Amino acid sequence: MACTVHVASPLRDYTHGAARVQAEGNTLAQVLGDLDRRYPGMRFRMIDEQLRIRPHIRIFVAAQEALTLERPVLPKDSVHLLCALSGG
Amino acid sequence: MATVTLWVGTRKGAFALRADSSRRSWQLSGPLFLGHVIHHVVQDPRAPRALLMAAKTGHLGPTVYRSLDRGRKWQEVLAPPAFPKAGPDQVARAVERVFWLTPGHSAQPGVWYAGTSPAGLFRSDDGQSWAPLNEGVAADFLPDPTVAFGHDPHCVTLHPLRPDRLYQQNHCGVYRLDRPARRWQRIGMKMPAKVGDIGFPILLHPREPDTAWVVPMDGTRVWPRTSVGGRPAVYETRNGGASWRRRDRGLPRSRAWFTVLRQALCGDNQPRPGLYFGTTGGEIWASTNTGGSWRCIAQRLPEIYSVTAALH
Repeated sequence: MACTVHVASPLRDYTHGAARVQAEGNTLAQVLGDLDRRYPGMRFRMIDEQLRIRPHIRIFVAAQEALTLERPVLPKDSVHLLCALSGG
Repeated sequence: MATVTLWVGTRKGAFALRADSSRRSWQLSGPLFLGHVIHHVVQDPRAPRALLMAAKTGHLGPTVYRSLDRGRKWQEVLAPPAFPKAGPDQVARAVERVFWLTPGHSAQPGVWYAGTSPAGLFRSDDGQSWAPLNEGVAADFLPDPTVAFGHDPHCVTLHPLRPDRLYQQNHCGVYRLDRPARRWQRIGMKMPAKVGDIGFPILLHPREPDTAWVVPMDGTRVWPRTSVGGRPAVYETRNGGASWRRRDRGLPRSRAWFTVLRQALCGDNQPRPGLYFGTTGGEIWASTNTGGSWRCIAQRLPEIYSVTAALH
């Protein structure tokens, strides 16, 4: 069963503008993998090649910050993908 | 004569400046990818309708885009440069940005090289081995300036018609190397002492291996990296660095502190090559008489990281 993923605005070019999409998986890694299958290239913008969440990127599962990709995800959970707004 | 398009990478997007056949009139279009940091846009000389673009978006990871129709439409590549997954005893590195793109040799269609930060050199296919090549290059900022590597080359280029002739604009001067020699010669010592030979970019004439241009910058004490004395100039050698000539006609005579980054000086390979540079203050300057005179062809752009020329 799919969970709802809330997409930060810098990533919406991948989701064709959608702020909320569906993705499947039992862990955050699986959810992000499913997102990448549906929207190729999206995961690498958030997760580096060492499988770390990039600096200034935060991911919340059921309103709790996920520190690793092994974080379990339940079907009713919401996943929030956030980017820091700092810049200039 | 082919028409020239300058592709400008800036901190806030990409722009294109298209010239008429005389290169007197320039039309600005863009921005493309507004808000993205565009480090480099490079035409594939082997397939002139194709271009690659190195980009970074805010805090997102880096990526590369490709166009197959002269820049009208862009598609993200399948796999941007990325380091291998580290083993338990290895340093785990991640590419933070792709800042340099170079097409491979004309005999290698489709091959590209990408330079990254942290330091990495990637090919779009399997790579080859590399060795240091720094003999004769000063490194006075290092505790041991005689080390084999650790130097600070800003821009290294080889001449397409004489590939054993290399030039280098380094943090510590301008150099030339003629292989099979392995020791660089500091040709920048022939520049006027008050100007010095510190800078970021170096550009070679497409058909004359002895001709090169540099943009000197202030490298004193705290390293302002702006035009020496507030007087921008391009310097030219036509004899491999044995002597240099100042080329500043049309540039501001005073109170102009330009910074020209290493990828922001280019030429257009026309029969009489045009020269172009972009400043971090958002200006593009052009010379259609190989440096004889300059004029500003674009202003008020964001901070410019790169300028390259595409021919069609």
